Amino acid sequence: MPATKLSKAAQDHASRVFDLDVSSLRELNQALHNLTSGSNETAWEVVNPKGSHSVAVGVDQPVSIDVRGSVGYYCAGMNDGAAITVHGSAGPGVGENMMSGSIVIKGDASQYAGATGKGGLLVIEGNASSRCGISMKGIDIVVHGNIGHMSAFMAQSGNLVVLGDAGDALGDSIYEARLFVRGKVESLGADCIAKEMRPEHIELLQGLLDRAGVTGVKPSEFKRYGSARTLYNFNIDNADAY
Amino acid sequence: MCGIVGLFLKDKSLEPQLGSMLSQMLISLSDRGPDSAGIAIYGAPSKNEAKITIQSARPERDFRGLDAELAKAIGAPVSIAVKSTHAVLRTVPGKVDAAREALQSIRPDVRIMGAGEAVEIYKEVGLPEAVVDRFDVRSMTGTHGIGHTRMATESAVTTMGAHPFSTGADQCLVHNGSLSNHNNVRRELRREGMTFETENDTEVAAAYLSSQMAHGKNLGEALEGTLSDLDGFFTFVVGTKNGFGVVRDRIACKPAVMAETNQYVAFGSEYRALTKLPGIDNARVWEPEPATVYFWEH
Repeated sequence: MPATKLSKAAQDHASRVFDLDVSSLRELNQALHNLTSGSNETAWEVVNPKGSHSVAVGVDQPVSIDVRGSVGYYCAGMNDGAAITVHGSAGPGVGENMMSGSIVIKGDASQYAGATGKGGLLVIEGNASSRCGISMKGIDIVVHGNIGHMSAFMAQSGNLVVLGDAGDALGDSIYEARLFVRGKVESLGADCIAKEMRPEHIELLQGLLDRAGVTGVKPSEFKRYGSARTLYNFNIDNADAY
Repeated sequence: MCGIVGLFLKDKSLEPQLGSMLSQMLISLSDRGPDSAGIAIYGAPSKNEAKITIQSARPERDFRGLDAELAKAIGAPVSIAVKSTHAVLRTVPGKVDAAREALQSIRPDVRIMGAGEAVEIYKEVGLPEAVVDRFDVRSMTGTHGIGHTRMATESAVTTMGAHPFSTGADQCLVHNGSLSNHNNVRRELRREGMTFETENDTEVAAAYLSSQMAHGKNLGEALEGTLSDLDGFFTFVVGTKNGFGVVRDRIACKPAVMAETNQYVAFGSEYRALTKLPGIDNARVWEPEPATVYFWEH
């Protein structure tokens, strides 16, 4: 993207532009970590990420960050309050252990998107690959496309919404996370079962779709999956399975 | 960890740049593996010529006069082109096995990297940039190629433990991952008469594919077989004389990104490897599915 056009756009939004062709990733993340509460630098733009790892990790102020291009591993990890948009695709571990705030991936996300996330909203407008939402602990994840195998493995709490299909072993060994899938599920993992969509789930799901900017899709088109709660405690009858 | 790359050109006008494109892709993944690096380049195959890439730890001693001595031993013309620790021997088709045998007696310390009508293989201990410079890979022309930068897990850091591994004419393979049943598979393949240079798991995968193709399977079918016969973690990128294939195991924890345009098909362990390819912003970019075979042929 031509730099002149960007700086014009940047001026319009009075955002601070970081060009990763010129500045190092460490400088970017340090500048983001130096932000203090009430800072006027609330809009950031990162250009030329070119698959860099760890872009905008550990941000703990409510700023907006637009990343213009695709990123590598661990983008926006541990996000605590920022609104981060990747105008491209993300590599493995995007939004890992997010605490709060939002992350929007305009393209696809690779493995373990949103892993162990405790809060906030992760929206993937393309597809997510395997292990999406693995061990999620309160994060909300909305995927416009499909998700890969072993997604929501040992998911503890939070909501995973999938507008497309889910791969093998969805929700294996799941605890109390709620999974909503609109398309087909290749197979369910151990102790994950289809559950009734009650009015409170319809309401919850509508809220999630609204927050993720999804239109033209009704909550009634989804099926809900969750824990059968048979693996919570050790049962001597299952000893052979270990 | 390891980093792997592959590039299969559809557009002939890019062929003079294959070496430089593949080199740049591999160098961008240097921090995925600092131990050793290697590249296989497929030039235009010639029906009238067979190429054998050899390597020696003492090239001055081993390569001097080798062409004449080998020609005499096999009764056919031989030329030699030396590049650092490697050399490419050219002779007539049908004399490759005789040349292999003769090399064992006239140059016992020389190791064979690969042979065929099209492939040349260069690999050494060191970072990708050093290896690429040493063999002047950037200037190489070709139709397709694969590369690897290694972080060793299953065997020693040596030239012979570096990838690509070649176990059949114009066949080679790079691997990110580790195999757990390679000893068993190696034993079975030895019984079939295949020979191994190392204790490396990846060499077994390469030999497995060579064996499958020797039994009449095409590249796609051979790759399909890895899903049931090889146990462990793998993303494989494979080259044959006119083909290029990719497969990942069912768990697919080893990363992979692919891009396709009208001009090429490209593979990288990470998107970083693809960012400088022409037209990448408008390419179809995707993550190859687990347990799914992808292959292209010219």
